[in-house]
Parts: sequence; C-alpha cells; structure tokens
Amino acid sequence: MKNNKTLQYILIGAALIALPLILQMFGNAWVRIADMALLYILLAIGLNIVVGYAGLLDLGYVAFFAVGAYMYGLLSSPHLTNTFAWIAAAYPNGMHMPIWLIVPVGAALAGLFGMLLGAPTLKLRGDYLAIVTLGFGEIIRVFMNNLDHPVNITNGPKGLDQIDPISIFGLNLGKKLVIGDFEIASVSLYYYLFLSLVLVTILISHRLEISRIGRAWMAIREDEIAAKAMGLNTRNLKLLAFGMGATFGGVSGAMFAGFQGFISPESFSLMESVMIVAMVVLGGLGYLPGVILGAILLSALPEVLRYVAGPLQEMTGGRLDSAILRQLLVALAMIVIMLMRPRGLWPSPEHGKSLKTK
Amino acid sequence: MDVFFQQVINGLVMGSMYALVALGYTMVYGIINLINFAHGEVLMVGALTSWSAIGMMRDAMPGAPGWVILILATLIACVVAVVLNYSIEKIAYRPLRNSPKLAPLITAIGMSILLQTLAMIIWKPNYKAYPTLLSSTPINMGGVVITPTQVMILGVTAVSLAILMWLVNYTRLGRAMRATAENPRVAGLMGVKPDMVISATFVIGAILAAIAGVMYASNYGTAQHAMGFLPGLKAFTAAVFGGIGNLSGAVIGGILLGLIEAIGSGYIGHLTGGVLGSHYTDIFAFIVLIIVLTLRPSGLMGERVADRA
Repeated sequence: MKNNKTLQYILIGAALIALPLILQMFGNAWVRIADMALLYILLAIGLNIVVGYAGLLDLGYVAFFAVGAYMYGLLSSPHLTNTFAWIAAAYPNGMHMPIWLIVPVGAALAGLFGMLLGAPTLKLRGDYLAIVTLGFGEIIRVFMNNLDHPVNITNGPKGLDQIDPISIFGLNLGKKLVIGDFEIASVSLYYYLFLSLVLVTILISHRLEISRIGRAWMAIREDEIAAKAMGLNTRNLKLLAFGMGATFGGVSGAMFAGFQGFISPESFSLMESVMIVAMVVLGGLGYLPGVILGAILLSALPEVLRYVAGPLQEMTGGRLDSAILRQLLVALAMIVIMLMRPRGLWPSPEHGKSLKTK
Repeated sequence: MDVFFQQVINGLVMGSMYALVALGYTMVYGIINLINFAHGEVLMVGALTSWSAIGMMRDAMPGAPGWVILILATLIACVVAVVLNYSIEKIAYRPLRNSPKLAPLITAIGMSILLQTLAMIIWKPNYKAYPTLLSSTPINMGGVVITPTQVMILGVTAVSLAILMWLVNYTRLGRAMRATAENPRVAGLMGVKPDMVISATFVIGAILAAIAGVMYASNYGTAQHAMGFLPGLKAFTAAVFGGIGNLSGAVIGGILLGLIEAIGSGYIGHLTGGVLGSHYTDIFAFIVLIIVLTLRPSGLMGERVADRA
C-alpha cells in the first residue's frame, strides 16, 4: 500500500512539472491561466486559515493582497524615484530592491495590518466582523485610489507600472530560459515559482492544522465560549489567525505584482475578496484539498470558458460577451453548488463527526 | 452656517434612503440571521424597472403629469421587486435554512452577482439618464436650497416608516414577525407559520428597497446595473450601526450615517486644508462604524445579548 502511495505522489508530481511545458505548446495564455490559478490557491489557503480554521469571516482579505502588491510595486518600479528627488539621489540607478528584501517586508507589513485590524474588531460577533473587514478592504482601496495627492505615493487610479519581474538567484523570470534548443517561456518559469510556493504553503498550513494552535483555532470555531473555558487565550489566538492569513495574502500580493508588472486599485475590488471567500467555502471550509479544488474551479474554469464563449456570443447577437457569460456562470455555480452541497464540494471528513455519532 | 444647514438637508435625504434599505437588512437579519447580500440588487432592479416603466408611460400617455407617472412607476417597481425578493428567498435561502451558516451567505453573494449580470444583459451596461419628473425649480429657504424631489424623498420616507411601524407594532402579522424574531421555535408552537412570516419579511423589505431605488435614481438622475452595491453596503453599515435586528435602530443608524457623510464631506476639505477631499466620503461610513463597534459592539440600539452556543 505504502509503495502505491509513493508512486501516486511521484505521478502527480511529474504531471504538475510537465503541465506548463505541455500548455506552453498551445500558447502562453494557457500557462498564464495556470499561474493565476496557483496564485488564487495561495490566497485561498491563506484565507482558509482565517475563515476555515478559526471561523472568522473576513470579507476584506484582498486588502492584504493589495498591501503586498503595492509594497513590491513601490520598491521595484521607477515610480518612487520619479516622484521624490531624494530617493532618486539615494538610488541613482533606480530602486530595484531584491526579492529577498521585498517579500519579507511585504509579508510583515500585511501581517501587521492584519493584527492592527484584528485588535479592535475581534471581540465582535461574527457578522459584525464580516462588515468591518469589508469596510477595511474598501478603505484600503479608496486610499490607493486617492493617495496621488498631495504627495503622490500610489499614483492613484493610474496604478504603478514598469514593475521589475521577479528574479531569483540571478535567474530573471521575466525572460524566457533557453536550455540548448529547448526553451521555457517566462510564464512557465513563474509557474514553477508559484507551484513551489503553493507546496510550501500547503506544508505550513497542514502542519498548523494538526498542531496545538490549529486545534485551538478549530475549538474556537466550534464554540468560542467553551474554548475560552478550556483555558485558551482566544483573543491572542484569533489575532494570530488574522496575522497569519494576512501574511500569506501579502506574499501572494508581492508575487502578483512581480508577475503582472502592473498594478492598479482596480485589481483589488471587493469582488475579488468575495471570490476568494467563495473559493474557500465552495471547495470545503477548513479542508485543504477542498480549498484547492475550489480555488482551481473558480479561477481557471471561467478563464477556460472565455475561449468557448465565442460561438455563444455569435448565437446571442453579441448580447452575451465572454466576460458577462463568465460572471453569469460563476454566480450560478455559487448558488447551485451551495444548494446541492452546503458543506462544499469536498468537505472535511472530520468535520461534524461528533454530531453524527451522538 | 448656510453650508452646515445645506449639508444637514442633504444628509437627511441620503440618510432616509439608507434607512429604508437598512430596514430590509435588519428585518431579514432579525428573523433568519442572514446578511441578505442581494438586497442592494433589489434596489437596483426597482430603479431600473421604474426607469423602463417611465419610458413606456411617457410614450403611452404624453399628457400625464409627472407625479402620476412617478407614482405608477414606483408601484410597478414595487411589484417586480416583491416577486423577485420572494423568489430569491424561496430558491436560494429556504433550502439552506438548517445548513452551515456560511452556505446561505454564499448563495446570497451569488444571487447578488447573478442579478447584476442579468440586469446588465437586460438593460445594457451604460448609465441611463433618469428623468426628472417633479418640478426642478429648487425651493429656497433662507439660503438653504432643497429640490422638490428631495422634499418628496423625505415625505415618502416618513410615510413608509409610519406604515411599517404600525404594521410591526399593531397588526397580527407584525406580532408574528416579532415573535419569530425572538424565538422561531416557540413562535411556531404558538401557531405562527415561520415560512409565511419569513416570506412576508422579504416582501416588505422588497417594497422598501424598490421605493428607495426609485428615489435614489431620481435624486442622482442616473440608474445603472451596478448602482445597488454602494447604497446596499452603506445601508447594511447603517443597520449594524443602529444595532442589527432592531427596527428603530436601523432608521436612526441610516439617518445618522447620512448626516455624518454629508457633513463630513462638506467640511473635510476645509479642515485639512484641501489635503483630503470629498472623494473620501465613502470611507466615513466605515471609519464611524469601526469606532462605534469598538466602543459599543452591539450597535447604538442593540441589546447586549450573550452569545448563544
């Protein structure tokens, strides 16, 4: 049996490694879809810590994603040196901070924001927390939109462009890699980076889940009063969940900025937060395979549909274009899946066991 | 000082619309503990339906006075919104009544996106000019200007609130609603049909939202498929502000929120020397909300209930 499982892992691993090379042949757009799906998996796993494990409904998760993205954008695009003379004087060749500095700073800043938001709000009941986090997400977006005057920090609605691509160990992921006569496209290189990040995140998240802290979070989710009575410091634990989730959000944000090369407040709308929550809940709250499934389904499937939508658009006389169709299908999927499987597509087998055996 | 009174009027107008929508949120939450995300979309559908109805009626009876058309259009909008909200509850919320708490929330969000998309397909995504049906000459009261549309908004809100309060406090249905909100199971034992009460709640909420939608569109002069989002969000904020589940709390929360926004956006430019402009209006609501909830976690009028296990 054990041998069988190892074989299974090896096969899945090989398939994941080969995937971009195969997709690459059909065009880079397909690899891009896979990249975005991986980023969404990263975000969904991060949010799963907050919503799935600790049971705190966070509707402003995209704010932390934005913090990470803007951190990366500001530290590696010409925007700051163009705006402030003293920064230009300090960095005559432009600010091209190494990723080893930006990502930890971005993650730490997002985590700090998470704690700052959590501190006053975590004593609220669940639904109030939802609306406060939602408001926080909007506040961050409004600030990104308007902090272009009096001092131009975020460049307002125009966003930041010319952001450096990510480069690791001297390998610039923005350019294609040529080995002999075989070449790996830039998007495929990003795929490998994101894939390894996802694996690390899954590992961290899984270890957290089965640790003392993870069990404490789940106790809080099931019954906060009982958890408190058992001697858990619920406030600190909830803060920790918020901070951890936000940190993951910050890292994915930085990756997103490097990958896109351009960010604007538009990428961080409330809709984005809602989509991430939907991924977590549709897939299976608190259960990693489910969350990953949900993220893939909601991020990649609609993109794929975009290619199928062409004929349909002709049939309906242009009324249904691909973007509208995509939105329509996402909405329908959210309703239908929830109606048919209220616990999510792939729910945790452990969840609710105690209730059944009673 | 004129600026101040002007902003108070504007705030009251905005606030009364928030109050109407907030009532819909708070009633639904009070009875089935669900944040009805699609409520803002009901407002949008009401506004767009009335827009279409006005267009048709103007063609059909060119001589009719503006206020007749407006009343008829509002009635049509109310009917459509009622049918819509009733079906939303029946399709998307009722089957999930005993599911995990997040499940109906997700269907609510799905419904909200679905309605926006459908509205975009039916009415096209462009902004529509909403006709001014009442006289557009503003009334000047000692330096403070108020348009007839705004007078109508204040009047309609007052009347709707009075009817609602009568309905909830002095009728059989109202008593059933209050009983269900307090304890659905015991209410059921006393002969109240919870399903009927819940449907009635959605119907009343839809009427209020449709009225608010028509007034919102008349006040701003435009209507569009995404117009429901912001008022919906703010009305929900108002409901939480006042203490969710509490009817008078929703009204007070809505009006206070409108006043805070109007006065805040009127003065923020002066106070900060032009550094922060009125485009920060939208975040006032949330900042106030965070402060209130930190100091008084159950809202202004909410009872301090212990968490139920």
